[in-house]
Amino acid sequence: MAGILDLDLVGARDALRAGDITSSELTAAYLARIEATKDLNAYITVTADRAMAMAEASDARLAKGEGGALEGLPIAVKDLFCTEGVLTTAASHILDGFKPTYESTVTAKLWDAGAVMLGKTNMDEFAMGSSNGSSYYGPAVNPWRAAQDAGTRLVPGGSSGGSAAAVSGRAALAATGTDTGGSIRQPASYTGIVGVKPSYGRCSRWGIVAFASSLDQAGPMARTVGDAAVMLSAMAGHDPRDSTSAPEAMPDLTAGLEQGVKGLRIGIPAEYKVDGMPSEIEAIWAQGIAWLRDAGAEIVDISLPHTRYALATYYILAPAEASSNLARYDGVRYGLRVDGDSLAEMYANTRGAGFGAEVQRRILIGTYVLSAGYYDAYYRKAQRVRTLIRRDFDEAFGQVDAILAPTAPSDAFAVGANEDDPVKMYLNDVFTVPASLAGLPGASVPAGLSARGLPLGLQVLGRMFDEPMVLRVARALEKAAAFTARPAMLEGV
Amino acid sequence: MSLDKATVASIATLARLRVPDDRLEPMVADLNAILGFVEQLEQVDTASVEPLASVTGHSLPQREDAVTDGGYPDRVTANAPDPAGSFYAVPKVVE
Repeated sequence: MAGILDLDLVGARDALRAGDITSSELTAAYLARIEATKDLNAYITVTADRAMAMAEASDARLAKGEGGALEGLPIAVKDLFCTEGVLTTAASHILDGFKPTYESTVTAKLWDAGAVMLGKTNMDEFAMGSSNGSSYYGPAVNPWRAAQDAGTRLVPGGSSGGSAAAVSGRAALAATGTDTGGSIRQPASYTGIVGVKPSYGRCSRWGIVAFASSLDQAGPMARTVGDAAVMLSAMAGHDPRDSTSAPEAMPDLTAGLEQGVKGLRIGIPAEYKVDGMPSEIEAIWAQGIAWLRDAGAEIVDISLPHTRYALATYYILAPAEASSNLARYDGVRYGLRVDGDSLAEMYANTRGAGFGAEVQRRILIGTYVLSAGYYDAYYRKAQRVRTLIRRDFDEAFGQVDAILAPTAPSDAFAVGANEDDPVKMYLNDVFTVPASLAGLPGASVPAGLSARGLPLGLQVLGRMFDEPMVLRVARALEKAAAFTARPAMLEGV
Repeated sequence: MSLDKATVASIATLARLRVPDDRLEPMVADLNAILGFVEQLEQVDTASVEPLASVTGHSLPQREDAVTDGGYPDRVTANAPDPAGSFYAVPKVVE
C-alpha cells in the first residue's frame, strides 16, 4: 500500500482497527524500510522474524475485534532495554553476546499492549553521550542533512540516537528511549521528532541497563505529541520490582491534549539565555513564546538561579552512580571476558577492553568523587546543589503551569565533531540536565528549521507527575508550529 | 585540584580498569578538564542545604522478607562466559 509509512502511530492504529491495513503489511513495510536505510546505522539488531510473527498474532486478534492499545504497531526499542532471548548490548563491547533471560517491565508492557518489536536501536555506549558517537557499533546517522552541505553526515544526537534516527527516517513508527540528562529530548530536537521524558518514577527501570539510577527514566520517541501520549500511557505504571517506581496512577494523557493553553501561565526562565547562545536558538524560542501568547497563554518571566550549576552537578552525580552501577561488569556473569593471571587481573583486563573511552572516563571520575577524602567535596556537594536546583523549580511552579525553553543549544553537528573534548560535548545538555536533576517531566517538540535547514526543538517542562500539562502545552506548540518539513532522504518514500 | 599520572593509575586500580601506559597521559588531561569544569560548584553556598538523593518524595517501600523469585540456576548462569554446571568459574584465587 502506497504511503503506509506516512501513517503516524495514531493513524496506523485507527487504520488497523478499521481493517484498512494489516499489521503484517505495515510491519513488512517497516522491515523493508529498515533494509533501505541501513546507512543510518539506527539498529544494532533487527528482529525481522519475531516482528512478522508478532504482527501475524496481532492480525489474528484484530480480526476478532480484540487487541490492546498498541495492537499491531511496529516499534523499535533502544538497546538498553533487556529483551528476553534477544541480544542486548547497551552499545558496549562488554555486553558481547548478552541475551537476557528476562524482559524489561517497560517492553513487557508494550508487547502486552500489542506492539510489534522491529529490533534494538543504536545508542551511545551505556547511554553516555550526546551524539551516538560512543557506540561500539559505530555512530548512528541523522536522516537530515544541511541544505548547503548534503555530503556531511550529521549526528542524530544522543544517547537515544538510533531510536531518533529510526523514527525520523521512517524506519520505525515510534521507539523507546531513555533520558538521564537529555538523552530523549536532545536527539528528538536534532531529528525533528517528539520526545518525552516522564517524571522520574513514572516508567519502571526494572530490566533497563542502569546508568545513573537516580536520574534514568524511559520515555517515548514518536512523530507527534498524540503518538507519544498513546505510547507513554502503555509504558508507564507502578512496578513493585522497581523500588523507585511511583505509586501515583498516570492520569489519562490523551483526554486533555486538545484543551489548548488559554489561561495557562507559561514561565520563561531568564537563566536559559546563556552566553554565546546562537541567535537562531533565541529566535525559535521567541517564536515559541509568541505562539503560546497568541494561543491565549499568559507569559511569565521566571528565574531559576542555580541553572548554571546544573551541568557541573550532573557531571559529578551521573558518573558517581555510573561507576557503582558498572561495577557489575566483571567478566564473570555475562558478556565479554578477557583472561588474566589472577581474578583481579581478569577483572581489569575485561573492563579495560570492554568499556570505551567515554565510559572509562566516567567510571574513573565517579570512582574518584566517591573515594575517601573526596566524597564530601564532590559527591555530597553536588547532592546539595541538586537540592537548590529542585527548589528553584518548586518556587517557579508556584507561579506557572509549565516552562518553555529551547531543547538544545544548537542544531545537529557533524559526525565526529566534539569527540576530542568531553567538556564541550557535555555542553549539549545545558538545557535538558536541570529538569533531569529535579526529576521533572519534559517534552521536546519540533518547532522549526535552522538556517542550515535542520530541525530545532522547543522544550516544555512541567511539575512533578504533571505529564498531562506537559503534553497539553506540547500539543499547542505542535499545532502552532505546524512542522511539516521532512529530511530529503524521505522524498519518494 | 589537579590529578597526576600516579593518582589516575591508582584510581584505575580501585575501579578495576586496566588503562595502558600510552592511554594514561590523555586520560589525565581529560579527567583534569572535567574536574576543572565541575569545580565551579565551590562558588555555591550550601552550608545549610540538605543533600538530595530522591526526587519523588516517596520513602522506599517495604515488603515481607521472603523469597519471591529464583529456583532457576540455568537461566541465571545462561550468559556466563565460563559456566561450570550451575556455578560461575573464575581464575584460581587460592593456591
